[in-house]
Amino acid sequence: MAPKMEKEMLSAEITSKYELVVGLEVHAQLLTKSKIFATDTTEFGKMPNTQISVITLGHPGTLPKVNSRVVEYAMKMGLACGCEITRHNVFARKNYFYPDLPKGFQTTQDKNPICVGGFVPITLPDGTEKSIALTRIHMEEDAGKSIHLAEEPDTLVDFNRAGVPLIEIVSEPDIRSSEEAYAYLVEIKKLVRYLEICDGNMEEGSMRCDANVSVRLRGAKEYGKKVEVKNMNSFRNVARAIEHEFERQVELVEVGKEIVSETRTFDANTGTTASMRTKEDLNDYRYFPEPDLSPVVISEEWLESVKASMPPLPRELYHKFVDKYGLPGYDAGVLTDSKEIAMYFEELCHHTSSFKAASNWVMGPVKSYLNEHNEHISDFPIPAKSLAELIDMIDAGKVSFSAASQKIYPEMLQDTTHSPLQIAQAQNLIQESDEGSLLPIVESVLAENAAKVAEYRSGKKGLIGMFMGQVMKKSEGKADPKVATKLLTELLEN
Amino acid sequence: MEKYLSFDDIKKSLENGETDCKAIVNYYLQKIQTKAHLNAFVEVYRDSALDQAAKVDEKISSGKAGKLAGMVVGIKDVLVYKDHEFNASSNILKGFKSQFTATAIQRLIDEDAIIIGRLNCDEFGMGSSNENTCHGRVLNAADESRVPGGSSGGSAVAVQANMCTVSLGTDTGGSVRQPAAFTGLVGTKPTYSRVSRWGLIAYASSFDTIGIFSRNVRDSALVMEVIAGPDNFDSTASRKPVPHYSELLHFGKRAKVAYLTETIESAALQPEIKANTLAVIDKLKQEGHQVEEVHFPLLKYVLPTYYILTTAEASSNLSRYDGVKYGYRSPNAHNLESMYKKTRTEGFGEEVKRRIMLGTFVLSASYHDAYFTKAQRVRRLIKEFTEELLNKFDYILMPTTPSTAFKFGEHSNDPVAMYLEDLFTVQASVSGVPALSLPNGTDNQGLPIGIQVMANSFKEAELYAFGNYLMELNSN
Repeated sequence: MAPKMEKEMLSAEITSKYELVVGLEVHAQLLTKSKIFATDTTEFGKMPNTQISVITLGHPGTLPKVNSRVVEYAMKMGLACGCEITRHNVFARKNYFYPDLPKGFQTTQDKNPICVGGFVPITLPDGTEKSIALTRIHMEEDAGKSIHLAEEPDTLVDFNRAGVPLIEIVSEPDIRSSEEAYAYLVEIKKLVRYLEICDGNMEEGSMRCDANVSVRLRGAKEYGKKVEVKNMNSFRNVARAIEHEFERQVELVEVGKEIVSETRTFDANTGTTASMRTKEDLNDYRYFPEPDLSPVVISEEWLESVKASMPPLPRELYHKFVDKYGLPGYDAGVLTDSKEIAMYFEELCHHTSSFKAASNWVMGPVKSYLNEHNEHISDFPIPAKSLAELIDMIDAGKVSFSAASQKIYPEMLQDTTHSPLQIAQAQNLIQESDEGSLLPIVESVLAENAAKVAEYRSGKKGLIGMFMGQVMKKSEGKADPKVATKLLTELLEN
Repeated sequence: MEKYLSFDDIKKSLENGETDCKAIVNYYLQKIQTKAHLNAFVEVYRDSALDQAAKVDEKISSGKAGKLAGMVVGIKDVLVYKDHEFNASSNILKGFKSQFTATAIQRLIDEDAIIIGRLNCDEFGMGSSNENTCHGRVLNAADESRVPGGSSGGSAVAVQANMCTVSLGTDTGGSVRQPAAFTGLVGTKPTYSRVSRWGLIAYASSFDTIGIFSRNVRDSALVMEVIAGPDNFDSTASRKPVPHYSELLHFGKRAKVAYLTETIESAALQPEIKANTLAVIDKLKQEGHQVEEVHFPLLKYVLPTYYILTTAEASSNLSRYDGVKYGYRSPNAHNLESMYKKTRTEGFGEEVKRRIMLGTFVLSASYHDAYFTKAQRVRRLIKEFTEELLNKFDYILMPTTPSTAFKFGEHSNDPVAMYLEDLFTVQASVSGVPALSLPNGTDNQGLPIGIQVMANSFKEAELYAFGNYLMELNSN
């Protein structure tokens, strides 16, 4: 059922007076094997309350211990976003009561986050590029999960997730449209996946996003009162929630009502937001430095080793593909969508210099194979080197594109032991592109069709296709069409 | 006749075959029984102690015993011991058994010490009289109408009444030194971070230390060299190597000693304590040591700084006792919020609730800067002053407490008067430096007086040597 429209949409005339201002807070669950302060596994989907050490449960007498992998992952994200890396890291306690928070406080970073500043470049659908500034990225622990079973009066708590490491990426209020918010999230997801620090799956909750939304009259210097929107479980829903908030807030301002600083929750069924709590009943988190952890000091050596381990980033590859390989921006965008595809393409380009053809092959046959089989590029049966060989064979006129794509390529997917050349030879698909050996065939075709030759010469140029077909037939499909056309034209025109 | 008054006694008796560990444990068990009314022990590990004794006896006869073989140790009810119950003297932890052992206890066991039981204390270490406890108050063996001090009152009385050789306590603001002074014992608070806090139920994490009660300096030095040192379970534990304190007890130099005007001239100071302290100063001077009076204008800020910062940390450390996961959960709750409120209202004692409220207040958004942040700054000033003074002088000398042991109920209605008990002990806690309380005679009612010595951070060896020397000087 389509959502019911409660009210008429605001006219464009009214909405265009206002500017949307959004800042996003993204929580990314890190892919470390163990938790941020304990050695319990972070594996997802285990039986409730089986990944819980005394540290996770905050038993009396326990102390946390920092998992240095978490620090490295946070550093990687910071380096990828051009942040300044804080060398002397102090954790802080954020105090509040909730059943899924075992210690009664969350260990996080307050005054000195590991990454300060930085930016995330985004590209909008129309190709516009923009940079979204970051405020900070900090490390913290996740809470457990409260579970409410139908027909059960009690709340159940699963602490398996408690202590799973997170980074929180906080943007400046630089986002001006839902499209920008969407593009920003796409870019963040791309980055964390390139860095292999998070799988970026919002639907499964390994990436979560809260939006701070406000409106102001265009040209105004002051920001409006901000509203925090939570519970969006997809990029699309973040965009929808922002659009709804913009409308809602503009409406309020238009009728002279005040916007309340509050936290609102998004309902994906209705596409609307509803108040969760106002600022008055906001928690006072009573932050203070965590005395149970010694500060994490990042040495020059450590920072350098993390820098050295950085993979190529999507932006760098995009620019390389455009500038060095001469690809259109569209191709570069599609190819850098995932690191694995980009790296496969890179490898192809080490073996062939037909970059555009390589791009077409990856975006076309390769991607459709992966989609059809729901497979990852790492499972793709054809090594880049073999595919490059096939591309070069087409380029050199040894096989036709249609033979390559319809016969050789499908065979290569099945048979990984033979090279494309061997397959082409076995199937007798090598094209005659040698003028010397094609000439007798062309001549005999023209001799056998003297009447048609005359017709051609009197102006019926369309007959060239018929001659071509005869040549292909006689050569058993092995004639290189380019060379055959050239020869036919030469002979017919003289 | 009292036996086993020092570990040296015990070792001698073991070496010449007069006794074995089983007999020693039985002796202490007997003492625990006859002195049960003092209420020092919350739980006696009779069977496991005897089993352990038999094992250690075997090790001794096969020549494989650790260096604490024959030592019998009691532990404060805030240190956890695997598969044993612990409560931190709080109803909120009734019935809770630990799944792991505190590093300090494990290290004692690894050197063949025998753990004989757990000892009464103030709830979560909060108190100076051992009256704030779900286990009932502890009596001072020197005068049973008086408190033993706190919070480690049970640990003090267990050694005072010879129910074990030494005991472990914890010292956050004086909780080992003050009861040691009240019971005539040697009480040691090490440098902050010298002993791992793994398994110590936190009161105020940046102040908490594990300390030792003993009759003499040597036993304390020996236990300290066993329990101190780096620990993978505590990232805040110092990685500095641990000297063999018990082998470094010889004191043969001229010491530079400071005493603080503001302590010796304090209006709160009992005259006999002042007199005994000045007598030690005179003796030191006579022995040719350089002793100087120094002003410590920050003294009046030490106690407020301590109480602001420790209650802030406590309010957070004690948040985990919410009835959700373990310990007490109020049966009277009807929803989540009432479960929290009733569990904590019914489970915690008055003093603990007072400190949680205080700590929550000083951390709250409107008062954070005025109290918590300012107290952090003052803490740094006190620490800098103390360390600087200890760069110029080897030791700081002062009374451990303003008064000797007071009567039950004397300060019960006046928390501030109770907090003043910590006036002289909190400086070392705020600064993180090590301190010893040593017996220094008695007052006219025969109540023990303590004298406190502080040294710079990680100078435990120098502190023990000087403490040992002072004990000898005082016995002459």
